[in-house]
Amino acid sequence: MITVIRKNSAKNSSRNSAKDSAKDAGKDGPEAGGDVRLSGISKTYGSFTAVRPLDLTVPQGSFFALLGASGCGKTTTLRMIAGLEEPSSGTVSLGEQDVTDLPPYRRPVNTVFQSYALFPHLDIFENVAFGLRRRGIKSVKKQVGEMLDLVQLGEQARKKPHQLSGGQQQRVAVARALINTPRVLLLDEPLGALDLKLRRQMQLELKRIQTEVGITFIHVTHDQEEAMTMADTVAVMNAGRVEQLGPPADLYENPRTTFVANFLGTSNLIEAEVDSRSGDEIVLTAGDCKLVLPRARCSGPTASGGRVLVGVRPEKTSLTHADEAGGIPAGRNRVTGTIADSSFLGVSTQYVVDSPVCPEFEVYVQNIDRDPRLVPGAEVVLHWSPAHTFGLDAAQDIDAGTGTVGPDEGMAA
Amino acid sequence: MATVTGAPPLAPAPGPEERSPRRRGRLTPYWLLLPGMLWLLVFFALPMVYQASTSVQTGSLEEGYRVTWHFATYWDAVTDYWPQFLRSVAYAGAATVLCLLLGYPLAYLIAFRAGRWRNLVLVLVIAPFFTSFLIRTLAWKTILADGGPVVGALDALHVLDVTSWLGVTAGDRVLATPLAVVCGLTYNFLPFMILPLYTSLERIDGRLHEAAGDLYARPFTTFRKVTFPLSAPGVVSGTLLTFIPASGDYVNADLLGSPDTRMAGNVIQTQFLRVLDYPTAAALSFLLMAGILAIVTLYIRRSGTEDLV
Repeated sequence: MITVIRKNSAKNSSRNSAKDSAKDAGKDGPEAGGDVRLSGISKTYGSFTAVRPLDLTVPQGSFFALLGASGCGKTTTLRMIAGLEEPSSGTVSLGEQDVTDLPPYRRPVNTVFQSYALFPHLDIFENVAFGLRRRGIKSVKKQVGEMLDLVQLGEQARKKPHQLSGGQQQRVAVARALINTPRVLLLDEPLGALDLKLRRQMQLELKRIQTEVGITFIHVTHDQEEAMTMADTVAVMNAGRVEQLGPPADLYENPRTTFVANFLGTSNLIEAEVDSRSGDEIVLTAGDCKLVLPRARCSGPTASGGRVLVGVRPEKTSLTHADEAGGIPAGRNRVTGTIADSSFLGVSTQYVVDSPVCPEFEVYVQNIDRDPRLVPGAEVVLHWSPAHTFGLDAAQDIDAGTGTVGPDEGMAA
Repeated sequence: MATVTGAPPLAPAPGPEERSPRRRGRLTPYWLLLPGMLWLLVFFALPMVYQASTSVQTGSLEEGYRVTWHFATYWDAVTDYWPQFLRSVAYAGAATVLCLLLGYPLAYLIAFRAGRWRNLVLVLVIAPFFTSFLIRTLAWKTILADGGPVVGALDALHVLDVTSWLGVTAGDRVLATPLAVVCGLTYNFLPFMILPLYTSLERIDGRLHEAAGDLYARPFTTFRKVTFPLSAPGVVSGTLLTFIPASGDYVNADLLGSPDTRMAGNVIQTQFLRVLDYPTAAALSFLLMAGILAIVTLYIRRSGTEDLV
């Protein structure tokens, strides 16, 4: 008990001092801090375009995630901010300063590399002190000690990197970058090499550190759940461009492209045609079904005859046996179908329903009172509130963003 | 499992048959070691013992040699031939330093900058081995010939004035001077420096360079603090692979040098093959071996290889 308390108090004091030093760094000039601004930045390798001309502003102090499948250009974007990759066009600015032509060692930016890239010939202390020493700071002992306490590695200071576990190495990599109180900390899939449980733990840890030191974090990841857990703002990237940008909940609730709808969690998309408009709502037809959609949530065409993909998230849909369809409140969107498959997930049950308008309609039903009739082959009615419906332009590929992440990964629980 | 529980009294019976293959399995590593150990015994240990006994024999070629525990041979060898020993160490040391200075940049370029030319350049490094050691050394005799273009150019540039002042060349001659011997040694042992250097440089993760740059290290600081320390195992093995054979070499001193540039190897060769004074030759060999061992041990201690990853 005593040791735990002592450890915590030491941690708290070091947290505060790390916070103070970050604040001090912010004070030392009027233009210190500031937003990261990418203007028209692009990268091409020969005939291959890694990043299409991109404009992006990351507000100071935010936790920003670049999310996308591998090869979408997110790491290249990050490396251009770090100065490790020269943009083919466009500029990178930190606050008022244009850093496009500065080499990495002149940029007030530090990176946590995917494989950590710790110096194998230096011990943990010297790894963390590396940046300070390069800037000519002589007495590093106190600062390094505090930083190691912040990442809870004070005892390991004299070990070599290969003597530490993956999670510990990851924390050394964070400490080594963070000790320089950069204006921006870049994280290149820093949790990719960790197992699931450790990854969850480190996600919370990184989020905590970011809140405490107040430095802008730009985090690159292909894990949509990780991006949503940690970031204030997520930019979903696909094929070298940003598909959509916003707070995680906003992206999840109001996807504007099929890629975002499918890549962040799972979406059921129904091809429909605009029938009429009534006030703030659009009425659409898909097969025999009549679906209602708030106009504000439709990014597709809203004029009569327009082709729209009507979407709804699996957990917002209810499942009722066809015999009790009469009990469904009026005003809800309904679709009929047959249960094709069901899998018990503990907190919920996942059903795949074969519907004439959507061949694989997914539904998650909370396991409160399980209806024993809901087994494969049962006739059912799927229904949901029009307010939970979103509309996308049907000109897009309906399957964009699927396949890169397993369909039931992530949002199931 | 089933057979054991089904017939418990018979359980010990299959014991011996089971044990013998297992014992054979345990002996396998030793069987595999045997050829190598035999080789070492026949071609290293026995000759060493034979040479040790030779070094303490007295007698003459006509009457035959007998072991008389005459250790004074060692003392005589040291007092008579210490200049040659010093020269061996000095020439081999100079050649090693030159090899490192020439080989490091080349190994660095091959490892990090050669791109698709990497394999070609590596082949070029090894290519001289396809010609005989002797022919390559003789070629240097032509290169450094008196009045040849190389010597003429060095003379015109007044390089020879400097080297003569340093005492490594004589007048307008390069051949038959210490410089010629060191040049030959450097040339002949350069690949032994480049290859281990290349191997250790090539193993360095390129992301470490990026990480150092990201942490405010300028390119040269990155080299000093990251690249060079990580290549230290290659530096140590390269210098050893150059220094050890170079200090025992006699061909370069024989072909490119003069009687004033004789090294320990030349003395041993003369004693064994011309003078036929086997005890002195054997004692000299042991002294050279002991000297090199002492220097190498000191060097490895100083460079602290056990700390290197």
